[in-house]
Amino acid sequence: MSAKASKEPTRRDFLYIATGAAGAVGTVALAWPFIDQMNPDASTLALSTTEVDISSIEPGQSVVVKWRGKPVFIRNRTEKEIEEAKQVPLEELKDRAARNPNAQGEEADTAIDLNRSAGKDKENWLVMVGVCTHLGCIPVGQSGDFGGWFCPCHGSHYDTAGRIRKGPAPENLAVPPFKFVKDNVILIG
Amino acid sequence: MSGHSTYAPKTGFGKWMDARLPIARLMHDSFVSYPVPRNLNSFYTFGGILSLMLIVQIVTGIVLAMHYAANTEVAFNSVEQFVRDGNFGWLFRYMHANGASMFFIAVYIHIFRGLYYGSYKAPREILWILGCIIFLLMMATAFMGYVLPWGQMSFWGATVITGFFTAIPMIGDSIQTLLLGGFVVDNPTLNRFFSLHYLLPFMIVGVVILHVWALHVTGQTNPTGVEVKKTSDVIPFTPYATVKDAFAMVVFLIVFAWFLFYLPNFLGHPDNYIPADSLKTPAHIVPEWYFLPFYAILRAITFNISIPFTDIVLIDSKLGGVLAMFGSIAVLFLVPWLDTSPVRSANYRPIYRWFFWLLVITGIALGYLGSRPAEGGYVLAAQFFTFLYFAHFLVILPWLGKFEKPTPLPASITDAVLGEKAKA
Ligand code: HEM
Ligand code: FES
Repeated sequence: MSAKASKEPTRRDFLYIATGAAGAVGTVALAWPFIDQMNPDASTLALSTTEVDISSIEPGQSVVVKWRGKPVFIRNRTEKEIEEAKQVPLEELKDRAARNPNAQGEEADTAIDLNRSAGKDKENWLVMVGVCTHLGCIPVGQSGDFGGWFCPCHGSHYDTAGRIRKGPAPENLAVPPFKFVKDNVILIG
Repeated sequence: MSGHSTYAPKTGFGKWMDARLPIARLMHDSFVSYPVPRNLNSFYTFGGILSLMLIVQIVTGIVLAMHYAANTEVAFNSVEQFVRDGNFGWLFRYMHANGASMFFIAVYIHIFRGLYYGSYKAPREILWILGCIIFLLMMATAFMGYVLPWGQMSFWGATVITGFFTAIPMIGDSIQTLLLGGFVVDNPTLNRFFSLHYLLPFMIVGVVILHVWALHVTGQTNPTGVEVKKTSDVIPFTPYATVKDAFAMVVFLIVFAWFLFYLPNFLGHPDNYIPADSLKTPAHIVPEWYFLPFYAILRAITFNISIPFTDIVLIDSKLGGVLAMFGSIAVLFLVPWLDTSPVRSANYRPIYRWFFWLLVITGIALGYLGSRPAEGGYVLAAQFFTFLYFAHFLVILPWLGKFEKPTPLPASITDAVLGEKAKA
């Protein structure tokens, strides 16, 4: 077929474009399963909850429970620890966000001690995901420069309210969604 | 260098084959008659050594894969069982584990050779970039291989390294979840790492073929940095380079054997003989020795980068560390354009030579600091050497080329070689 250099689009042009477009869409549609198969499967995703009886945790003691494969620290803080955390002015914090989805009231998103803890009258309870916000190691309790947690991997120091104070981690330790179902039982998740 | 083919098939079968698939001709032209500069020194033997190590890793790896089970319940024991009860299991396991270290020793010498003799300069930019890609693939392969025995360092190394991706703003967490197949490193992670650890070495083979192809288009550099000009500058690959490469391989294998038979665990970390525990991070996480300089750079960025006099953080310390670490490899890709000097070899660049050795010391210092805890003086020192590392590539290389006065170059390779003889 001798090419007639006409400006009008021909039927053949239409077929080329339509075939090309269908091919492109098909390729993308096939690429997605290849990517998505890497994502967590249904059993991993099933949002688990964990119930913990905290009656036996004395002040100054902690327990570690597993939630969604991650460790969760539950600490009954001493008066001294609470006092130390309260003394810290907000300006001194590297991360001033509470990182606590459960905190309520005004200024619920600032990292004051109350917002980090389990709330009014339960300020002694600190419940946090025990995963360093830097690259995911598990910090060691009651150590480091601020008497809170210390992450040995790259030297991040958290204070007694789990707030990042020194080192490469960018955020305070995250508080998971949790609630008291009884006076001494909490439900995480 | 791809001149006329001098291959002449002698047998009837040779002629028959040559007319159909001239693979013997390709081999002859590439590894027998192929001309190499007559003045190559021992540092030019590491390319051959690297090819050998790639084969060693693939062969021992395939053996290991016959005895390995990629499941968190049994992975650790399957490796130990092969080592203790399997026939020659200890040999293959330690060949593979120490082989990875030897592979990296060779690649570091090979890269520094390139930096010293200016091997990356035109027309060898693509050759250099292909080399950098091989280096990246090697790092990915070794990282995923180290996860397979499922010890404490395997697990926490995987956690920390996949944690790099969470530094990416907005989508970082989803990317990490995608890579891990879960919210933490677990069985899906181990499975896919095994699959990829098996695949990547074969991709390396592919890139090595491109690397050698590019090499045979431009020809090798040599210690003078002067291009080949006449036939007296070159000698045929076989027997000269073949014998020299083979000799170097034997010497290298003696060092390999020394580690393999006398110090099989010297280069590893004892914590990796503790089975992975997802609730307990070892007191002191370190990667394998060959990643230490990059690890030191990662940890050196302990400060947020903000707009001056405000609280607005542009790059937080975590993202900063990850960017610096990837940046330290990315600058290697740019070296052909960062170095502005027209002279290739450091032998004729009196000032560059000093900076080259300073870079070697910087690399070793960062390696040492990467193995130390991230505290006090160690962090400051790591920051200092990280600065030196980047300054070398981003400031010294572009600036020095404009200002340094090179010493006179020999007229040709032949002159350089025979001139020396005449003086003696
Ligand atoms: C570029 C080439 C390769 C490198 C740099 C490499 C590196 C590594 C490293 C560092 C380890 C951990 C060794 C240890 O501490 O025990 C490992 C383990 C392993 N590799 Fe490779 N590898 C390579 C090729 C392969 C290939 C091609 C296969 C399979 C066909 C393979 C299969 C395995 C298996 C099954 C393990 C687990 C057993 C063990 O830990 O000893 N590797 N690899
Ligand atoms: S993971 Fe905790 S400091 Fe890096």
